[in-house]
Amino acid sequence: MQPEVTQADVVIPEPKKASHKISQTFKKLLKYKLAVVGLIIIGIQIVMALGANWLTSYDPLTQNLSLVNAPPGSAGHWLGTDNYGRDMWSRLLYGARISLIVGFISVVVGTFFGVLLGLLAGYYKFLDGLIMRLSDLMFAFPGILLALLIVAVLGSSLTNVVIAISIWSIPSCARIVRGSVLSVKKQEYITAMRSLGSSDRRILFKHILPNCTAPIIVFATMHMATAILSTSSLSFLGLGAEPATPEWGAMIAAGQQFMWQAPHMVIIPGIAIMLVVFAFNVVGDALRDLLDPNMKKQG
Amino acid sequence: MTDILQIENLNIHFRTAEGSLSAVHDLSFSVKKGETVCVVGESGCGKSISALSIMGLLPENGHIAQGKILFEGTDLLSLKPDQMRKMRGNKISMVFQEPMTALNPVFTIGYQLREPLRIHQGFSKKQAHVKGIELLKQVGLSLPEQRMKQYPHELSGGMRQRVMIAMALACHPQILIADEPTTALDVTIQAQILDLINDMKEQLGTSVVMITHDMGVVAETADRVVVMYAGEIVEEGDVETVFNDPQHPYTKGLLASVPKVEGELTQLQAIPGSLPNLGEAIVGCRFQSRCPFAMDICRSQAPPIYEENGHQTRCWMKEGESIADNIVPS
Repeated sequence: MQPEVTQADVVIPEPKKASHKISQTFKKLLKYKLAVVGLIIIGIQIVMALGANWLTSYDPLTQNLSLVNAPPGSAGHWLGTDNYGRDMWSRLLYGARISLIVGFISVVVGTFFGVLLGLLAGYYKFLDGLIMRLSDLMFAFPGILLALLIVAVLGSSLTNVVIAISIWSIPSCARIVRGSVLSVKKQEYITAMRSLGSSDRRILFKHILPNCTAPIIVFATMHMATAILSTSSLSFLGLGAEPATPEWGAMIAAGQQFMWQAPHMVIIPGIAIMLVVFAFNVVGDALRDLLDPNMKKQG
Repeated sequence: MTDILQIENLNIHFRTAEGSLSAVHDLSFSVKKGETVCVVGESGCGKSISALSIMGLLPENGHIAQGKILFEGTDLLSLKPDQMRKMRGNKISMVFQEPMTALNPVFTIGYQLREPLRIHQGFSKKQAHVKGIELLKQVGLSLPEQRMKQYPHELSGGMRQRVMIAMALACHPQILIADEPTTALDVTIQAQILDLINDMKEQLGTSVVMITHDMGVVAETADRVVVMYAGEIVEEGDVETVFNDPQHPYTKGLLASVPKVEGELTQLQAIPGSLPNLGEAIVGCRFQSRCPFAMDICRSQAPPIYEENGHQTRCWMKEGESIADNIVPS
């Protein structure tokens, strides 16, 4: 016998897709004015990075010793040239590419391992102590000091900067993910899934992980800012990019001694770093407000 | 009829900061094939914990100190975790109290409904999808094709509970444990869900262990009733015997506390007092502090179980009535 269907049960269904939720979140994000500014800045950086070859006719490494320290607005070089006569605009463009790539790779690698360790620590009690004490150990070092240490051991290059920043971001990511896992695994739907015979691995990766995506997205966005800033800091200290590389931090370092004759050499990459870090931070902030129901603004 | 599930002397303990607490004490009952057994008792008496222990899903700080849970003669407690996992959802299933939180919010109904079929039956995604639609039809959901694509938040509580039942029955389990399946639902939906469980039971020949604190649910569904108090069975018997001739003062209290719609307006009967704390060492009968008939012996010695035509009672008041042969050592 078929059970009756009552009137109350009939709700007109409107199928929704996961992509729908993403576009909805994006639409809501556009209501945050600062986040829109941030998105525009990030968009500009992406265009600069992707279109570096077409946006300038100068090579960022070609020197022109007859035209050194040209101020912004000079003929042919609208952002001026540096102390070797290299075009600042072209260096800024290629620098955008470097900072985006280095930031992105280190965030992806760091988040990957952080999520993995966080999931394990949150789910398996016997691993929790070990993983969390190890991360405490890493937290004991100030971040930049740890990165310095890793670069000092591995030698200075952009690849090693990526490795250093990745390693350094693992513990904070692991801690965030572990927290979410601890709360998600107590939910009834996890017990329900277990009562259906799902294995631990299936529950952990298919049911718990998707419920932790919000904090992971926020972490990754915010960490992008930190990663870009750290890359520049390390390069400024001479531990990252090789001297001639058009990396923003390295450009500031090179411009230091010409502060008074050619201040644009320091100010232009400085502003670029500031804007990008600001952009990722405000977008991350807005995402957190959007995705974390506890952080929602009143009214 | 043969016993499909036998629980023997089950003792469940919890590790807490104050030491080990005994949540369930010497629980024994059995479930026959195709039978509905209702486990009744107030909140905190150990019903849900007993249900979770059958599933092998006790919380991390809980453990089974002693006892056996025999399913078709095999002791579930002796199975390896992986063997037990293959039982869950396949041979033994569970429906939870709160349909609003028992479905994963980030997946569609279809995805979750396919899970047990893919895990236990090795169905392909397509086969599982077809079977899922069939299951949703079986549990009486309209527009099953569209439901498969919907997310839990798009369904009402009653509809979600139907989905939960469909998931639990997907692999035709021999036992369905329903942990207060109607408590969180509207009264109008409650009856529908109980009817559905009854119908599915008839169709599939599943035995049902229904956990509830609602005597109305018991009257509607049970073949046999197990009344629990403070982690112990105080009375067990056929539903008719227990309702018409309750022996234990606690069962009498439970039955008296059901509001009556017909007849003259009377004050609702309540059982005075509350459950003893798990940490308390109880001397004598567990119910004595709230029992209106408590005698001296109740305060010093725990009562044994008295049996009369399959109707078991754990109360000293039966002492006078019974003959020595009927005493079952507890």
